Amino acid sequence: MNTAGGAWNPYLVGALIGVLSMATFYFSNKPLGVSTAFARMAGMLGYLVSRKHTDSLAFYQDKAPKVEWEVMLAFGIVLGAFFAACSGGEFSATVIPPLWEAHFGNSVPLRLSVAFVGGVIMAFGARLAGGCTSGHGISGALQLSVGSWIALASFFAGGALVAKVMYG
Amino acid sequence: MASKSTTSSADRATPPGNKDAAADKSDAPRQLVLGLFFGIIFGFLLQKGGVAKYDVLLGALLLTDFTVMKIMLAAILVGMIGIFGMHALGLVKLHLKPTKYAANIIGGLVFGAGFALIGYCPGTGAAALGQGNLDAVAGIAGLLAGSYLYAELSKKLSTNVLAWGDRGCIQLPDLIGVRTTPFLIVFAPLLGVALWVLYLYFP
Repeated sequence: MNTAGGAWNPYLVGALIGVLSMATFYFSNKPLGVSTAFARMAGMLGYLVSRKHTDSLAFYQDKAPKVEWEVMLAFGIVLGAFFAACSGGEFSATVIPPLWEAHFGNSVPLRLSVAFVGGVIMAFGARLAGGCTSGHGISGALQLSVGSWIALASFFAGGALVAKVMYG
Repeated sequence: MASKSTTSSADRATPPGNKDAAADKSDAPRQLVLGLFFGIIFGFLLQKGGVAKYDVLLGALLLTDFTVMKIMLAAILVGMIGIFGMHALGLVKLHLKPTKYAANIIGGLVFGAGFALIGYCPGTGAAALGQGNLDAVAGIAGLLAGSYLYAELSKKLSTNVLAWGDRGCIQLPDLIGVRTTPFLIVFAPLLGVALWVLYLYFP
């Protein structure tokens, strides 16, 4: 099994994601993007605690907490990756990635807490920047949005710095 | 009940190309089905590309694995030509993201820091979960908490960080004062060269 890289040629996968972007623009009038889906889901969970308070937040005036295209896209990604992993014999339930284990050992609580904290920081950054690796990095960049190219460069700069501290 | 079923069958009779406002709403049934469908394809491609793997994503940040760069540049190049081509033919609308210098840079750096810690981005995290990486569950829980935290502070942020250097929906050609088509004629081959360099020197 090829542990580095993927089962398919990366240039082909990239080109197909480009074609997929064309399809989402044409059929759904939507760019690919994932981070807003998590924000809407967070709002739906917020409804369980206090609907009134969640509705009062400025962010949710604009992006109502509801199941819509992008939320379905996020669920689809989980399913699609499941099909792909099964079809390639790559599905396996694991908690600790190999690279992590080699440097930080096999403590499950450590990996899960760092992943959780990383998720909190990443979501906050995505909302502040206005998108994630898909929304800015692919959809915004391919439409030549200035802010998207700046955000994409910043994603990698911030990521490279912290990765260097962790693994350097 | 009878009248309700008549309505729904009449709805189904509308031609598929029909683009009225109701069918375009992002929570219309057609959009929900399309979203799921496109998501399945996206997730399938991300997994087959290897970018649902922690080691590959961290490799991109440590500059030891260039799979992410190859996939992203190829997607940008193909999507750019395709979408601007369809836009020129009047087939699609653009969805430009606003440029806000301070928010793009600060938010981008914060995003990157979180990305290194979790080891997945929002899309690839969902894909990682699909291939069985259970650490992505903790990461996704973090994404939900972080999103809500941002929403709590969204009113405050809109008056400061988000307002600094807000330039609206500008595009790269606007920065040097040229039109989109001549810009693309130069820029698309440059991306092609970047891909070629990756192919030759970072196999």
